[in-house]
Amino acid sequence: MSGATALPKMPVAIVGSGNIGTDLMIKIQRSELLDLVGMVGIDPDSDGLARARRLGVETSSYGVEGLLAFERRPEIVFEATSAGAHIANASRYRDAGIQAIDLTPAAIGPFVVPPVNLDEHLNAPNLNMVTCGGQATVPIVAAISAVTPVHYAEIVATIASRSAGPGTRANIDEFTETTSRALEMVGGAGRSKAIIVLNPVSPPMIMRDTVFCSIDPDADRSLIVDSIKQMVNAVAQYVPGYRMAEDPQFDEPQAGWGGRARVTTLLEVEGNGDYLPPYAGNLDIMTAAATRVGERISLARLEVRA
Amino acid sequence: MSEREVRARITDTTLRDGSHAMRHQFLPEQVRGTVRGLVAAGVPVIEVAHGDGLAGSSFTYGFSATDEFELIQIAVAEAKGDAKIAALLLPGVGTIQELRTAIDLGVGLIRVATHCSEADIANQHLTAARELGAETVGFLMMSHMLQPAELAQQAGIMAASGAQCVYIVDSAGALTPDDTTERVTALLDVVGADVQVGFHGHNNLALGVANSIAAVRAGARQIDGATRALGAGAGNSPTEVLTAVFDRLGIHTGIDLEQILDVAETVVRPYMLKEPVMDRNSVILGYTGVYSSFLVHAENAAARYGVPAYRILQEAGRRRFVGGQEDLLIDVAVGLAKSGTEDGPR
Repeated sequence: MSGATALPKMPVAIVGSGNIGTDLMIKIQRSELLDLVGMVGIDPDSDGLARARRLGVETSSYGVEGLLAFERRPEIVFEATSAGAHIANASRYRDAGIQAIDLTPAAIGPFVVPPVNLDEHLNAPNLNMVTCGGQATVPIVAAISAVTPVHYAEIVATIASRSAGPGTRANIDEFTETTSRALEMVGGAGRSKAIIVLNPVSPPMIMRDTVFCSIDPDADRSLIVDSIKQMVNAVAQYVPGYRMAEDPQFDEPQAGWGGRARVTTLLEVEGNGDYLPPYAGNLDIMTAAATRVGERISLARLEVRA
Repeated sequence: MSEREVRARITDTTLRDGSHAMRHQFLPEQVRGTVRGLVAAGVPVIEVAHGDGLAGSSFTYGFSATDEFELIQIAVAEAKGDAKIAALLLPGVGTIQELRTAIDLGVGLIRVATHCSEADIANQHLTAARELGAETVGFLMMSHMLQPAELAQQAGIMAASGAQCVYIVDSAGALTPDDTTERVTALLDVVGADVQVGFHGHNNLALGVANSIAAVRAGARQIDGATRALGAGAGNSPTEVLTAVFDRLGIHTGIDLEQILDVAETVVRPYMLKEPVMDRNSVILGYTGVYSSFLVHAENAAARYGVPAYRILQEAGRRRFVGGQEDLLIDVAVGLAKSGTEDGPR
């Protein structure tokens, strides 16, 4: 967008100056709908806060107080700290009338996966971004569920060791449990399982996600393929490096599969290289999805005001 | 027993690593009979779980024919406290919830496994297992992929998290005896004052027992075996062979040779789907350093896509896959099948 048609930008802030917060900062700074008014960290010497200062973003290392003291009051806060920190902060954002987009596993608000259910939750005071693996795989399960029952969904997310921050490492159960719940609640699977693998290979591998869905043997396979392809395109609109590594694979029922067939979707998520290099698609898909949510909320409010 | 006699505690993992070779189809009566035999032979620790650890039953790793918690209950009941029942857990696959269930059912030893460079993801699980009163082992898989000093550093992380023993796990059967000695020595230098060191071998290069000897001579005090070698790839160090060889070398295991030979011959062998062998696929596993559990999945993908299993394994080695990435063997097989088609008929 350019010149006279530019829309007013919505003021937003980021809490958390680790990998996710810093990557988010770069994406928000590019946004034509969001205006970053400040970034809060806990370590004034962190790389994230140093970058923010260099980019002319107001910074604070005084938590929520710092956020509320920014020159401009944000309407949205992106929480990129930890589940514990967000649980402590959430009520204060609410009291201050600030909508929270939560990138931690706290899951106080509803799970949001932009191409699946964002429109349902635009007015929720608190929206949760699930996990990186959830952002990558829930859309596929939802796409298949839209055309045939998914009795069971199982995903494997493999990420480069270097892209797994200390928060992920200290509580890896949160990843599997949160992702699994979202596969059912948002993806529509009857039952689910999520697996995460860290691979330390050098040069680092690009994030991979495999989605297995248990389907009826007579389900219309061309409908399933079309639905998956449409969904991949929808996600690729905000995560350009999101793609299928191979065509969906169908397997006939085997012993132990309860008489059901299986469709396998093999995904690759290459990041935009904003803060961490392109291998960290896991980081990119979280921050790109969160930015998308912020932009949609911004647009919706503009429409209301118009 | 002289004061100088060396002791090694054997953990028999037939009912866990063997789950791979059994395609996770263990039945209650097989588990009952195996545990009964192993206990009678004096095996002190018996591991029971899905091959990929608690909650491993899945599309990715293979569904269990019988719920592993049912098998664990049977094992605990059959062991009657004479042997400790152990269970494996891979963070990222299983969670503290399953760990707690296993301990509630009577599992006395939790082994928490990570890829050798990712020890810190085991912290919450090792801590929880200790708090729940279980004995703990840290299990550094694919130990050939790190140099001894780096591996020792990772062992230090597991020890600090509450592991009472840290295992060098040769998941690919890729280590030689010298490699094993260096790694045990390095670990003992760093964590030897606080914890024991263990060794888990595979036979892909026929070195499971030789590496176990090297490990004990270097100071390892816990050694894994599987009866009749029933395990992933070309199988594990056979428990009955470890018993015989260690006896010859004056390494005390407390296991009765005649009885363990009887378990191998009359209990385990009859239910095996096939004998683990050092065939082309298994030697490729060891030689290229590929996770032994990939074997069955590579065979499945090979049959499905009409490409040789050993080529899938070679590609997995080239891409440096780690344990848990079984899903991507499908990706490799699809890719190989396509490149085969493009080259024209062969």
